[in-house]
Amino acid sequence: MIKSFKKNIKGILIEGLTLSSALVIIAIVVVMITVIVIGGKNQITWEFLTSFPEDGMTKGGIFPAIYGTALLVIIMSVAAVPFGTITAIYLTEYAKENSIIAKTIRFAVRTLAVIPSIIYGLFGLGFFIKFVGTTMDNTFLGGQLKWGQPNILWASLTMALLTLPVVIVSVEEALKTVPNDLRAASLALGATKWQTIWKVVIPGSISGIMTGTILAVSRGAGEVAPILFTGVAYYVATLPASFSDQFMVLGYHIYVMTTQSANVDKTLPIQFGTTLVLLALTFILNISAIVLRYRIRKKKIN
Amino acid sequence: MANRTKMSKRSELKDSPLIDITKKKFRWGDFLAEKIIKGVAFLSITIIILIFVFVFREAFPIFSSKSADHVNSVGNTAAGQETYGEVTDKPVAQDSQATYGEVTDQTATPKVVQGKDSVTAEPADSAYTVGAGSGFDSNQTALKSVLTKDWVPVSQKPRYGILALIVGTFKITIISMLFAAPLAIMAALYTASFAGKRMKEIIKPTIELLAGFPSVVIGFFALMILASVLQSVFHYDTRLNAFVGGIAMGIAAIPIIFTITEDALTAVPNSFYQASLALGASKWQTAFFVILPAATPGIFAAILLGIGRVFGETMIALMATGNAALMDLNPFTSVRTLAATIGAEMAEVVFGDTHYNVLFLIGSLLFIFTFILNAIAEFYVKGKLMKRIQGK
Repeated sequence: MIKSFKKNIKGILIEGLTLSSALVIIAIVVVMITVIVIGGKNQITWEFLTSFPEDGMTKGGIFPAIYGTALLVIIMSVAAVPFGTITAIYLTEYAKENSIIAKTIRFAVRTLAVIPSIIYGLFGLGFFIKFVGTTMDNTFLGGQLKWGQPNILWASLTMALLTLPVVIVSVEEALKTVPNDLRAASLALGATKWQTIWKVVIPGSISGIMTGTILAVSRGAGEVAPILFTGVAYYVATLPASFSDQFMVLGYHIYVMTTQSANVDKTLPIQFGTTLVLLALTFILNISAIVLRYRIRKKKIN
Repeated sequence: MANRTKMSKRSELKDSPLIDITKKKFRWGDFLAEKIIKGVAFLSITIIILIFVFVFREAFPIFSSKSADHVNSVGNTAAGQETYGEVTDKPVAQDSQATYGEVTDQTATPKVVQGKDSVTAEPADSAYTVGAGSGFDSNQTALKSVLTKDWVPVSQKPRYGILALIVGTFKITIISMLFAAPLAIMAALYTASFAGKRMKEIIKPTIELLAGFPSVVIGFFALMILASVLQSVFHYDTRLNAFVGGIAMGIAAIPIIFTITEDALTAVPNSFYQASLALGASKWQTAFFVILPAATPGIFAAILLGIGRVFGETMIALMATGNAALMDLNPFTSVRTLAATIGAEMAEVVFGDTHYNVLFLIGSLLFIFTFILNAIAEFYVKGKLMKRIQGK
């Protein structure tokens, strides 16, 4: 009797300990959201979202940063989603599960996912700007400096590399939920493998491709390190109009305002406002991705 | 659902010419599609190789020969001071250099004092880029100084000792793991073994949300709120230090550790669980003495990947650690991590300069380290986990 009681006490203690760890994590998330929402909610007005910074960034809005972020993630998605989807199709439809090629590609994808984002920045600088850009300048513009410097195209492509594994993993998961019966039926009806993929497998996994895109966009919108020296600017007076322009980004705006601006206290409301906008953006994207993914998983179970 | 797709397939095939099923026809379309898909799939491998090549390529000149480097550096100095990243409003950025927290040697005057130091006899015309015009001589000292503890890149006699940076990075990594690993593993154990369905539906999306937090937002939170709160609790001197940075990075690493640990725990076969219960063990005993040990390799992998995340984290390090390259073991002093150094300084260096190369060298170190961590997590741990679970 006493022994079982002791056992129970220990059990309750351990369960309580693990439960409280989970609660601490939830509390951290709640506190972070609350603080940022309270700090920034008065700042969010239509004007703040649609006007340019004024008075050396101490007043005005953050429109160029929002615009730049949107442009960045659009160019990034155009580059990352097709390549990511095709890689996922190769891994699930063509490659044999245990072939060396498939294993190597999977390892490469996972490595890409864990490489620090600052390394992508270095790579973007060394490869896109210093190698591709300079070569382009020398061949097409006779050495005139246009592509061999940071701009939105190189920043977006660098970001595309960073988000590639996100797309691949999500699409692969979705492709696996397409039942094999469908493939077999399509093949049995005389469709070729490619026809099967194009007309049966891809339409069946479109929501997975969307989840991957949303997650990639959310990641791309929040990352700053890869674009620090591949195209982002502290302040540009005009919106980026071509691929060779520099641009502003929400995350970098926060970083610059908090650490480099001359009077941090004066811009505090703008900092909170910008952080809230970025957080809200990534949240909306993430929540829709979570909802989409749960629906896909449910479909798989049914 | 299946039927409908079949039907539509059939009606489509009516339009196409009849297929002779006895003969396998060679189809260019399919052939090309397969080749293209295969080619694209190799892209991720290609990217890894390219990253290797290009990050190392820019780091390489540190080790290269005398004459080549000298010509290179003079040529680049003459080409003008190219900077990366920031274009306009430069004055504001420079005013606040102090916030970067460089400790000493900020007083680099543009005049070269001849003969003061035989090692730094730089060409006079390159002296205007402070600490940038690296002739061969200073380059030699730079290479020698890489393994010292003085990180003073912007000075008349630049020194690129990365030991303090490495120590700082490890300090922060250890603090963040001490904070994040127990929390995340316990929470994962709760989710996998004790939590009801309702609780799971709260915990898992919360973790996913946390994973979606941009690191700059966590950095902002740490800088604005966490730093003040922790200072008022622990009463230390420097507001931004390794402790604050470590906790903030721990928050960023929690989702990774949690997710992988939870995957490993749920991958333990149900038969383990049932056998343990059948032998009379209680639920918590099963969770603690059966499930948890069975999943240790997975938990190990989770911690490794968490370390990788913290090690390479840039924005939080830039914002919340104080960024002073001090070398001590006190958790409450400012530190400068490897990644933060690259992030803070790369925008201001001259292309091709020694400082630039050293930053790429640091990048190579980070890359190699995370690559090895991932490889260990991938091969060693997964193999072991599989063996243990399948009982081979």
